[in-house]
Amino acid sequence: MKKSVFLGALAVTGMIAGTAGAATLDDVKARGSLKCGSNSGLTGFAAPNANGVWEGFDVALCRAVAAAVLGDPQAAEFVPTTPKTRFTALASGEVDMLVRNTTWTLSRDVDLKFTFTGVNYYDGQGFMVPKALGVSSAKELDGATVCIQTGTTTELNLADFFRTNNMSYEPVPIETNAEAQQQYLAGACDVYTTDASGLAATRASFETPGDHTILPEIISKEPLGPLVRHGDDEWADVVRWTLNALVAAEEFGITSTNIEELAKGTDNPEINRILGTEGTMGEMLGLDADWAKNAIMAGGNYGEIFEKNIGESTPIGLARGLNAQWKDGGLQYSPPFR
Amino acid sequence: MSDLSYVRKDMLPEKAPPVSEVGAIGWLRANLFSGWFNSILTVASVYLIYTLVSSILPWLWSPTWSAGSLSECREIVAELGKEHGGACYGVITERWQQLLFGFYPQELRWRPILTFVLLFVALAPVLFTDGVPRKMLWFTGLYLFLAPWLMWGGAIWTPLLVIAGLALGALAFRVLSGVIGALGATIAAIVAPILFWLFLVGPLSSALASIIPLGIEVVESRLFGGFMLSVWIGVVAIAISLVLGVVLALGRQSDLMIVKYLSVGFIEFIRGVPLITLLFVASTLLNIFLPPGTNFDIILRVMIMATLFASAYIAEVVRGGLAALPRGQYEAADALGLDYWKSQRLIILPQALKISIPGIVSTFIGLFKDTTLVSIIGLLDPIGLTGSIRADANWNGIVWELYGFIALLFFLSCFTMSRYSMWLERKLRKGHS
Repeated sequence: MKKSVFLGALAVTGMIAGTAGAATLDDVKARGSLKCGSNSGLTGFAAPNANGVWEGFDVALCRAVAAAVLGDPQAAEFVPTTPKTRFTALASGEVDMLVRNTTWTLSRDVDLKFTFTGVNYYDGQGFMVPKALGVSSAKELDGATVCIQTGTTTELNLADFFRTNNMSYEPVPIETNAEAQQQYLAGACDVYTTDASGLAATRASFETPGDHTILPEIISKEPLGPLVRHGDDEWADVVRWTLNALVAAEEFGITSTNIEELAKGTDNPEINRILGTEGTMGEMLGLDADWAKNAIMAGGNYGEIFEKNIGESTPIGLARGLNAQWKDGGLQYSPPFR
Repeated sequence: MSDLSYVRKDMLPEKAPPVSEVGAIGWLRANLFSGWFNSILTVASVYLIYTLVSSILPWLWSPTWSAGSLSECREIVAELGKEHGGACYGVITERWQQLLFGFYPQELRWRPILTFVLLFVALAPVLFTDGVPRKMLWFTGLYLFLAPWLMWGGAIWTPLLVIAGLALGALAFRVLSGVIGALGATIAAIVAPILFWLFLVGPLSSALASIIPLGIEVVESRLFGGFMLSVWIGVVAIAISLVLGVVLALGRQSDLMIVKYLSVGFIEFIRGVPLITLLFVASTLLNIFLPPGTNFDIILRVMIMATLFASAYIAEVVRGGLAALPRGQYEAADALGLDYWKSQRLIILPQALKISIPGIVSTFIGLFKDTTLVSIIGLLDPIGLTGSIRADANWNGIVWELYGFIALLFFLSCFTMSRYSMWLERKLRKGHS
């Protein structure tokens, strides 16, 4: 009885909190800044540089949204969150959107009352082993000791994978990626498993990266994307279409270098609609006509952002893979701007 | 016969003690080689220390201060041909300011530095009771309002109005004590300023600021970080918890039932809950329970929780001091005809607090180190910043150098506090056993 009263009170306050930011777009415009929940530090995705300016793949998306809404990519403020605090920060209105390499799952979308507005990075869980171990496939890992971050979906994926393949393993629980690197290098575990992007970043930091290999198997789907509070569809639209604009810009060859040229008007009506020289796309979203132009100018199109932060020219060196344009066999596909 | 004597008439000059008993050799014999067992222990210890130092020193001695990334460090170390690698200090050169100040704007960093320096000016009359003019206590009082204003910035009117709230409370007490009696006046003196702060300071301050815009640039809490954040949370929590703790300790000993059980309940509840739980309440639960749209500063929330936590422990330490006082002291105070507050202020507390100094200081040191727990709720204190710095592709993989630097900062602070407490104990020893 008492418990149900407590839960009821919790639900009511939750609902009040939920309706609080019903018009996030107006709030952001009135405030003049966009509050973005970010990772407190993930190589290539979000990290402050020596001057305290946040940089990274996820950060770039926030800056694009800030540019689309407020016309200034520097109007994005970053609130570092941990895996434990990220969802409360968003639900309570402490941040306007969350871009924190968060996997889109049913329970988060439905039960936690959030709206995922797209996928900016398709990731998957992989394995890294020392070359000296002589393993070339994850199927050969029977009986291995595995370093694994506790309390994450990777832990559950790992158990599923070994069970379906009828193998046994011994987990070595660790708390952070830094700890995992130390344990793995010290030989406390044979295998380190986490998202493939994280494995690549970790391997790049080793003294001799060539001594370690990332196994070809990807054992889970981890679509990482931005999310907003449930029930504020106008705001969700803004975030969703900003991401779509970045992806579409790459598809149509709009880059940060030629955008000024293209914004004067082209023969391609879709480019014109994206850049606001034709149609009323911005007005429909409640933004300026050049919203997408500002978003693309903030850090370039999707491909440019990828190359600059995590692409093959960076130490992390991730290939496009699933994140290539749909024309190149990837999954990045923007609905039409019409 | 008479000049014969069997008794020596004059003293022999003192001989120098044998070489084996004095000087370096004597000290060695007495302290390190006083028996075969101790000799073995000495030799083994020397060997152990030598192995430790000889493996750590080459690692520490590493000319990598100008390196721009971990791989550059590795190149430098490889050129020197070190076997076990070397420390990479480039990360400290590049990030020491961030580790100290977080994201506090560079051109405004004089403000936290000034606040820190003024802290010692404000503390001087409290910590060193002789040699410092008593009038400086006025500055100490003023500092309580000056420090937050310097750190967070904003209009000058806010701290002035907060002081005005205190004056309002005093005024309410003066006016009402004649009308509704002492107890009612005390309650009014507490309630009036709180209402004033909650509902009037905000609008009044912005109204005044629009007439006379006097103030300094606002720095938001999310820019606070690094060692500055630890010190700031620590200092505020320490200062307030000492006052609150003494009040709670007195409350626990009080004859008034409600006061007593409130104090006991508070102390036992807070001591029964881990600090990390309180921090999670501050960072997540409060967000949900507070009315929507309230923007309750996260650092303020953490400060309140840390203060409540420390005050419960201080209360118990002070209660230990109160209990250790001989009963005669209380009776003597009563016999002199002193009322409750006077006897506490003049007789009981000075002695009880003196007894409690070691306990109080170790609670403070513990609290100061506990401030690093805020990294778990996403605040970027030094420990939280190590993760962010490692997320920079240049420094991914650096561990020891960062933690070593932070450990050094904390050691210096805590060691200073501990030395001060020992000095204070010696100074206050009045000689009664």
